[in-house]
Parts: sequence; structure tokens; C-alpha cells
Amino acid sequence: MIEIDAISKRYDGVPVVDNVSMVIEPRTVTVVVGTSGSGKTTLIRMINRLVEASEGAIRLDGEDNRSIPGYELRRRIGYAIQGHGLFPHRTVAQNIATVPGLLGWKKARIDAKVEELLTLFQLEPKTFGPRYPHELSGGQQQRVGVARALAAEPNVLLMDEPFGALDPIIRAKAQEDLLAIQKHFGTTIVLVTHDMNEAFHLADKIAVMDKGGVVQYGPPAELVRSPATPFVETLIGDAERPFRLLSIAKTGAAAEPGDADGAPISEDRSQQEALADLIWSGRDALPVISKNGVPMGRVTLDAILKRAARPR
Amino acid sequence: MRAWAPTILRGLLLVVLIAFLLSPGSFEPLLKPLVQQNAPAIYNQGSLLSLALLHLRTVFIATLAATIIAVLLAILVTRPFGTEFLALSRSLVNIGQTFPPVAVLALAVPAVGFGEKPTLIALFLYGLLPIFENTLTALTNLPRSVIEAARGAGMTNFQRLMQIELPLSLPVIVAGIRLSVVISLATATIGSTVAAKTLGEVIIAGLQSNNLAFVLQGGLIVGALAVLIYDGLSAIEGMLARRTGSA
Repeated sequence: MIEIDAISKRYDGVPVVDNVSMVIEPRTVTVVVGTSGSGKTTLIRMINRLVEASEGAIRLDGEDNRSIPGYELRRRIGYAIQGHGLFPHRTVAQNIATVPGLLGWKKARIDAKVEELLTLFQLEPKTFGPRYPHELSGGQQQRVGVARALAAEPNVLLMDEPFGALDPIIRAKAQEDLLAIQKHFGTTIVLVTHDMNEAFHLADKIAVMDKGGVVQYGPPAELVRSPATPFVETLIGDAERPFRLLSIAKTGAAAEPGDADGAPISEDRSQQEALADLIWSGRDALPVISKNGVPMGRVTLDAILKRAARPR
Repeated sequence: MRAWAPTILRGLLLVVLIAFLLSPGSFEPLLKPLVQQNAPAIYNQGSLLSLALLHLRTVFIATLAATIIAVLLAILVTRPFGTEFLALSRSLVNIGQTFPPVAVLALAVPAVGFGEKPTLIALFLYGLLPIFENTLTALTNLPRSVIEAARGAGMTNFQRLMQIELPLSLPVIVAGIRLSVVISLATATIGSTVAAKTLGEVIIAGLQSNNLAFVLQGGLIVGALAVLIYDGLSAIEGMLARRTGSA
């Protein structure tokens, strides 16, 4: 658990982050969104003390993050950034081994960890381990960057626009991978982005920052249903609202008993995907199947539209 | 085919240089037309080989000292606590470069006496600037995201310097050393005016006795050494740059 308690950062008296308090639950994905200059990067950099707070405190599992030296704190917290920041003179394996090496792990343990992570990120250890970063594609470099951040098995992973430099297809894949990995390790992830689609796709909770303050902090659906300020409303976008609601709900939740013709849809697809399928195939209803392929009834166009309507 | 030509030329130059230093006598017919009757065509007041080695030793010691001081200074002024000294050390190093080596020799002789010492001082001062400026440029132009990642990974300032900043700066530092070495190789010849054992002795002897062959062989040996060392260091630099992924 990360408790951010009345934290502020001022540069020459000008507040960049102004009196922010929030609690981040363990094993969740929290996405911090906001325009550039809203203080979102500064906020997460205060968690691992790359930026020292001017006022307030941050506690990790109850322990003040100033109780140990900054570098020791940062070895316990994963950190992945835009443009990956891989060390160009070190191989992929050496890059991933950075923090375990700093922590003084035994060589065998480091090697096993590097191999495990490379495999997890679908990079063949024998092929990719000895390569240098400039020999990899952008998507592979980004995966190595995240693998390096996770190497010492941190409870907390901070990510600063980690997918900003990726093209849309690789970005979608990277987001799926991140969610899978978050489930695998149970890591608490705090991610900064200005891409609202990414935020809605990844977040358990979203924190919206504006001019150094958090204006709303809650589950994605809450942001759509009751935006706290006009700024939150603008950020979500009038034209996007119904689709954002559908994008965060699963098809399974809208399923009802009954039959339908044609190709089925899996219960774990989003309702937005179900809607797209309904419109594209010109049907009124789709059969729904469970992840194992068992029929679960159908989902109708009506039911989806009702769910996309403004909540009353 | 064409890519091999420079390498073959360098190899040839090296072979000729070694042959000349080991057995200068066999080149006598080539240089004979340059001298007056009865004058020796090959330097006869000492071994060319030992002069060349002493010349190299002088340059090596001076460059080594200049490298250590310049790199340390550049590291110091790029640390947070050292930024105040940046301007000061820049001007100090610049003075070292603008001060003519001959003047340094003239000033150093009364203090340390004749011989190798004043030459070392002059070469040391003269060699500081390229190494210092290159190290400074390299350390201040490292990719931000890499330094950020090193901090984020929990490296201490010293670990970051040793494991990330210096290795990544190495190609540019070597380029500075290369410039410094070439300047020193040429400048070292004037050390012989204050009795340092360098190839300048051959040139000076030639000038005093109006012997063109002496001047030429002294100059050519220095020139050949400079070309070969320059190329060698360029190769090392290229290798380092490839390893850091910047080339």
C-alpha cells in the first residue's frame, strides 16, 4: 500500500505538486492522467525520491520512504520510463541484472531471474540475452526496460509513459503483457500517461491531475458517470463517454439467457467489442461463450445500448 | 578492395618505419643526394631507435599525466558540488593551451633544470585541453533517459559514474587523448632545445650543420609515428563506439 499524505513539491516557491493525498491499494493498477505540466511525473518521482518532496510524507506499507537512503529505496521500487533508458553498453541480460547486481545477489540467482523474465516477456533467453539494446526493435527494447524494472521482484512498479514511444499495435500488445505480468507477480503499479484510452484500459483506479492537484481519484466508471470537474469531463471527452463505459465492462456482465445466431463472442471481451461486432455483422444479438467455450446465453444490442446510456 | 588500401598503406608505413629505425644504414643511398660531399646522410650522433623510443616515452608519460588530471578535473566539475569550478578550470586549461610550449620550456628550465623534465611539463600543459574538453562534452551530453534509468535503478552517484557515465564517455575521451598525443608527438621535438632526448635532436643537428637529410629523417620518423598512433587510437575509438551502440 502506498499512502501519499499531503505531499507538495515547489520549485522556487512555485508549486508543481500541491498538497496531494491519496491511498494506492496493493496489487492494483493506478493510472495518473493529466495534461503536460500537471505534475503527474513529479508526483510518481516523489514515491521513489528521484524528486524530494518539499512537504508531506509518502509511506510504503506504513514505512516512511525517507527512512532509508534514496538509492536503497529505489532498488526496492521498479522504475520504467519512456524511451526505456536501457544502458547501451550492456547486453540485454546485463541490463536486466542491474538491480539484482546492486543488491548483491548470487550469480546463479541473477541468471535464473534473467532467464525467467526474458521467457515471460517472450524473448528467447539464448537469442536475446547476449544482444545489445541497439540490436532490438522498439517493442523489444520496451519489454527489456520493463523486465529490468521487475528484476528484483519489487512490490511497487512506477512507470512514466512507458509505452509513449511505441506504435499503436505494439502498444496494445505491451498493455496486454503488462496486465498479465501484474497478475503474475501481484505488483502494485503506478503508471503515468496522457493517453486516456490507455488509462481506461489498464486502470483499477484513475487519478486525474490538473495544475498540481488531484481533482478526482476513483474507478474509471466513476469518472465517466460523475466527473468531479469540467476538466475531468473534457479529458474523458463528450463523444467518448458511452464507449468508455462499454470499454471497461465485460461482455459476460451483459449476458442474458436466450439464443442468437452467428459467431459467438467470449465473455471476457469488453462490451465495446461486443457492440462493434453487433454493428459490423448487422445482428441484434450475439451468442456469448465462457473462456472455456461453454455457451452462456446471448448479449443483445438493446442491453448494450442501455449500459452505454447516461446513468440515472 | 578499395577499403583495404588504407590498411595496406599503413602496414607498409609501419614496416618501412621499423626497417629504418633498425637499420638506418641501408637507406643511405636514398638520402645521399640531399647532403653535400662527405657529410653523413644518416644521423650518426646516437641511435635513431633509442631516440624514437625515448621520444615515445616522453609523450606517453606526459599524455598519461594529462589524461589523469584532465579526466579527474572534468569529472569533478560535472558533479553537483563542482559546478562552481567549471569556469575556473576551463580558463586554467585554456591558458595551458595558449601558452607557447617554447615559453614553458624557457620558464621551466630555471626551476627544474635541463633535460626531460621541462619537456614533460610543457607537453603536459599542452595536452590537457583536448582531453578535458572532450571528457566534459561526453559527460554532459549523455542520454538523459539512460542517466535517469541509472538513478531509478538505485545506483549511487559513484556507481553511476563508474558503471554508466565513464564507460559511455570513453569513445569521446579516447578521441581527446588521440588529439593530445598527436600534438605532443610534434611538440616534443622542441624539447631537444633544452637537452631532452627526443627525435628533435636529429632535426636540430641537421639545422646546425645544414644537413637536409638529418632534418628530413627526424621529421619523417615523427610524422610516421604520429600517423600510425593516430590511426591506432581511431581504431580503438571506433571499437568502443560500436560497443556502446553509438556508431
